[in-house]
Amino acid sequence: MAEALDLALFVQHRDGTAHMDLAVEGVACAGCIRKIEGRLKQLPGVVDARLNFTNRRLAVDWRQSELAPAELIAALEAIGYPAHPFQPERAETDEAQHMRWLVRCLAVAGFAAMNIMLLSVSVWSGTDMPQETRDFFHWLSALIALPAGAYAGQPFFQSAWRAIRSGQLNMDVPISLGVILALGMSLVETATHQPHAYFDSATMLLFFLLCGRALDHAMRRKTRSVAGNLAALKAEFAHRFDGAEVVRVPAAALRADDRLLVRPGDRVPADGVVLSGTSEIDESLVTGETMRRAVTAGATVHAGAVNFTGTLTVRVTAAGNGTLLDEVERLLDKAVTARSRYVRLADRAARMYAPVVHATAALTLAGWLIAGATIHDSIVTAIAVLIITCPCALALAIPAVQVVASGALFRSGVILNAGDAIERLSEIDTVVFDKTGTLTLPEPRVANAAEIAPDLLERAARLALSSRHPLAAAVAREARDRVPFEDASEEPGQGIRAIIDGAEARLGSASFCGIAQHEPTEPGASTIVFSHAGRAAVLVVRQTLRPEAVETIAALREHKLDLVILSGDRAEAVSPIATCLGISDWHGGLNPAEKIAAIEALKAKGRRVLMVGDGLNDAPSLAAAHVSLSPISAVDITQAHADAVFLGQSLAPVRDAVMIAHHARRLMQQNLLLAVLYNAVAVPVAIAGLATPLIAAVAMSGSSILVTLNALRVHARREPIRIAISATDNLAPARAT
Amino acid sequence: MNVLVYLVPMALALGLTGLAAFLWSLRSGQYEDMDGAALRVLGDEDLP
Repeated sequence: MAEALDLALFVQHRDGTAHMDLAVEGVACAGCIRKIEGRLKQLPGVVDARLNFTNRRLAVDWRQSELAPAELIAALEAIGYPAHPFQPERAETDEAQHMRWLVRCLAVAGFAAMNIMLLSVSVWSGTDMPQETRDFFHWLSALIALPAGAYAGQPFFQSAWRAIRSGQLNMDVPISLGVILALGMSLVETATHQPHAYFDSATMLLFFLLCGRALDHAMRRKTRSVAGNLAALKAEFAHRFDGAEVVRVPAAALRADDRLLVRPGDRVPADGVVLSGTSEIDESLVTGETMRRAVTAGATVHAGAVNFTGTLTVRVTAAGNGTLLDEVERLLDKAVTARSRYVRLADRAARMYAPVVHATAALTLAGWLIAGATIHDSIVTAIAVLIITCPCALALAIPAVQVVASGALFRSGVILNAGDAIERLSEIDTVVFDKTGTLTLPEPRVANAAEIAPDLLERAARLALSSRHPLAAAVAREARDRVPFEDASEEPGQGIRAIIDGAEARLGSASFCGIAQHEPTEPGASTIVFSHAGRAAVLVVRQTLRPEAVETIAALREHKLDLVILSGDRAEAVSPIATCLGISDWHGGLNPAEKIAAIEALKAKGRRVLMVGDGLNDAPSLAAAHVSLSPISAVDITQAHADAVFLGQSLAPVRDAVMIAHHARRLMQQNLLLAVLYNAVAVPVAIAGLATPLIAAVAMSGSSILVTLNALRVHARREPIRIAISATDNLAPARAT
Repeated sequence: MNVLVYLVPMALALGLTGLAAFLWSLRSGQYEDMDGAALRVLGDEDLP
């Protein structure tokens, strides 16, 4: 079916040259780079094509007048690389800039720390060094450390300043104070020809902390770029009427009052009103209801519903009053504002830590003054306390674990949206599941596949490959050999037939296949009949449990977590699933408001709830829960409110996420303990006035390395590790090409 | 000790050169595609 594809939304123009970014699937080796770039450069008008292998993105520039963007995609498709136009999110570009800034700061701090250490080691080891030489070395150190500190310290100074202005206290406040005091005191000491300067400690501290920040940021960027690619892969296209012609456009380009054509098997790309046509639609992704709804002219349809039987013409509506989406958005606003801001572990530690440290420094000053020391010596000792307690280990204790844990989650197929999701995930004691699309697979499957003769099922599945009907699509997923039969012909509303091995095969309604009518034995299930050469089979198509759902639920229960199912589907449909999984606490037929009420009731009992859901109706309850997870198949608005998204068909990432978060939490606490122990040893030394620059440098780097090594133990778990790259493959819903 | 007058500025100048080179490479986007760079050397288009 040749129809125009309009990609204007994704193309940027710069004096005659057009530019488009694409997320490319299936890039695996060096050969792919050459094949893709080589093929595109052969096209007339292409100026440049460059594939970024790290994030699987392709940037193409071409002379605007000579090539239509759709041809690029067709050319890539032809050599086996499906490509999806892509619009970098603002957040992603901002983060890339922030990352470059952090790395620049890191480079400056690294340069300064190394050179100053060179000078400092000379001072420490040269006991017979004349005072002039020592002063010269200190002045040189100052020359390097002051500008470097002013530049590389900015990430901390800015964050500390923001915190102070809003009356808060975060970890960056004691860090900034420590760095500034260390530099300032060292400068005064140098000017007064004193033996001790702490320039090396200050720059080394900045270097270590910036390493932690940069790694944390790099990890977040990596997961975000994968999430961006998945969004591009998932992007829906719509068939829009431009006059009498039908043009394929990205759903993001739709405006209110556009008229759309929705064929059987298509997803409804935007909320709208049916203008003409009658059909049945499956709204399981929207409301959780698995029973199909009949629609006709005048009916409202929601984005995400699947059209089943007839072709519809739909007019896109702007968010009006009284639609489900408005109700969901109203509830969402309420849930988001009602949610108390979570105070992260590191900030909680900082709130306790900073006052204690600063009080200790003040007491040290007072103590030495009372004991009869000079004002100068007392101040120097007090500042040495601040320098040695400057929370290098403490500030690394949590980000280091965070980086390693989000890497482990990423390999299990869990992509974090929120920075504090790991900490919140580790605190849960109750897991609330949605049913449709969360416990069950988002697309229906043949439920009785095991009872049908394998050769018959295989033939039915291969025949189904030629149809766009959603029931046929469910049957087609059983095909092992994904080659459709030749000359298959479809009779709309009836079924599909082809000649196989000299006999006619039919797949469709019971009457079409010439057998007695079969009624579905259970609600929400549909039947489809296959007949071939005198044999016939009735295939029951319904929602089935996700792979590993039973094991995952069992593992969660073993972990002493309470499990609840809150579903928008009817009780008769929820009950068998709950029984099968052994979950006794389940509720069916809930609307979005009732789901929130159920979660609020749990929260009122002091529970910390993990909500796992995918439907539009789940979005408000995801926002209301302590922490939330969504499968990648969820609707966009729901995914946007989930703290993390999991990939693939299996439910196992939910278990992995909980386990890894728990493990990470333990390591964070251990690391905090290590940092406290370090201080318990180092602070008395500093109070006694014995913290020479050498001791400060050794203690600081030693404790930082210790907490980092401890954080790496997240890796050493024997968790089954899934490779996230392959998970993108099971994301793609059997694409009809 | 007079040798320090030459040595120290030289050491600093070399270090600064390294820093400048790194910042330049960062600005010119050489760290945008680390995995790709490793694979591109395997392409042999440049050979006669």
